Amino acid sequence: MTSLERAARPVAWAEPPAAVRFFEDAWTVAQGELRKLVHDPTELLTRAVQPILWLLVFGQVLAQARAIPTGKLGYMDFLAPGVLAQSALFSAIFFGIAVIWERDLGVLHKYLVSPASRIALVSGKALAGGLRALVQAVVVYLVAALIGVHLQIGVVPIVAAAVVVVLGAAGFATFSLIIACLVRTRERFMGIGQVLTMPLFFASSAIYPIALMPSWLKVVAHINPLTYQVDALRSLMVSGGTATFPIALDFGVLAFALVVLLVIAARLYPRLAM
Amino acid sequence: MRAIIETKELRREFGPVTAVDALSLAVMPGEVFGLLGPNGAGKTTTIKMLITLLPPTSGSATVAGHDVVHQQRLVRRSIGYVSQLLSSDGALSARENLDISGRLYHIPTPERSERMDAALAFMGLADVGDNLVRTYSGGMVRRLEIAQAMLHQPQVLFLDEPTVGLDPTARRAVWEHIRRLRDREGTTILLTTHYMDEAAELCERVGIMHLGKLVALGTPESLAAEIGPGATLDDVFTTYTGGDLDEGGTYRDVARTRRTARRLG
Repeated sequence: MTSLERAARPVAWAEPPAAVRFFEDAWTVAQGELRKLVHDPTELLTRAVQPILWLLVFGQVLAQARAIPTGKLGYMDFLAPGVLAQSALFSAIFFGIAVIWERDLGVLHKYLVSPASRIALVSGKALAGGLRALVQAVVVYLVAALIGVHLQIGVVPIVAAAVVVVLGAAGFATFSLIIACLVRTRERFMGIGQVLTMPLFFASSAIYPIALMPSWLKVVAHINPLTYQVDALRSLMVSGGTATFPIALDFGVLAFALVVLLVIAARLYPRLAM
Repeated sequence: MRAIIETKELRREFGPVTAVDALSLAVMPGEVFGLLGPNGAGKTTTIKMLITLLPPTSGSATVAGHDVVHQQRLVRRSIGYVSQLLSSDGALSARENLDISGRLYHIPTPERSERMDAALAFMGLADVGDNLVRTYSGGMVRRLEIAQAMLHQPQVLFLDEPTVGLDPTARRAVWEHIRRLRDREGTTILLTTHYMDEAAELCERVGIMHLGKLVALGTPESLAAEIGPGATLDDVFTTYTGGDLDEGGTYRDVARTRRTARRLG
């Protein structure tokens, strides 16, 4: 074959249909992220410290104080799902830093010139962000079991809780990716990440029931996806825990928020490379 | 013969600044074409428009017969790109980097691993394929990046400053690989550089850009001959760009080049 014939050749293999490509591409991206964690799990391990402190220090002290009325549920049982949701949030919310880092390095450009659709690329990132949080979930479950939280042990509640953790963390990772696309520098991102995390956390039912909140904060809590994540986890993780909302609503809100965030992120993501 | 890269009155503005101004250019299949110019001349902006990362403000361009605005997916399938930054992920091994690329282009499994082995061998990285890329030298990273961009056998390969930050030995090795790649695959290569020796060494034709405009176009020899007897491509460059090679770029460009150079070095 001459070089000119070669230059004119078409793509030599058949591509799968678009829907299949979406899932394959998203999984390729997610798997790449997960492989990095296997090579260097330091970040995962350091992120596991915070939930342990919340359970062991904050939780134990407040449980002694009996300051927060949590009904029949003991405070530690009330708090454990909140800490799980919080640790998933904290590990996901700084995900955008990695995206900015990839932009500064140039790795991002390689993904964006590939034929993968933008929605598949951001979905893969989101999935990786979601799956990362499962490591936190394992840590929180273990510590909670050690300090005597009444966990629901069973395949169905644990798998359902895992799905909730992944959905919630994927949503917050995507939210973080959107922020990264808007602020574009690591310095600004760090500032904004700090500013966003605490309001999301405090305006949810993670560490106290919504009923205790002033009415303006109740409104915020009701539009905060973290509230629905905590709510679902409370009924799935601990025995005797009851959800405020129907569990289908919790799942629905988390899934809907994730899809909306993914669509926004897919539109903004290419702007990072311009 | 039809051009494999063709731009018509291609233009890109960033606010009040016109980075690329009415660029009309045709690159033929199998050609190694060099886009030269000082920092800020519009070379990278041109490449970014051709590889679908940046929409043009006006004008049009086709790559491998596909429109860069309306047929982005088809363009992306036909091209490979090595940016002037790093495009291989240092936190992954060479093999993992190649695997991600191969899968994003949906190269079927048995063929993908064959191509990965062949690419690693071709680039002299077979023994270190499972090591993390962050342990590689600058020249090895560049070779991996080129291998990665070529895994799906693109018709057109875009190389943005392929040897920036490399020492002379590593530069020679990268040149050698680019030449062998072109001879073996017949790939059309568009590269940008501000090293005149690199352009004279590698490129069959060069275009010189200055302040967003194409100011000269031809073979390195013909352009030099136009200037006068004994002239080099350096003289051509100085004539057309007023010698402001070192004028260059914004603070951000400089910071970025230095950072890349440090990482590769």
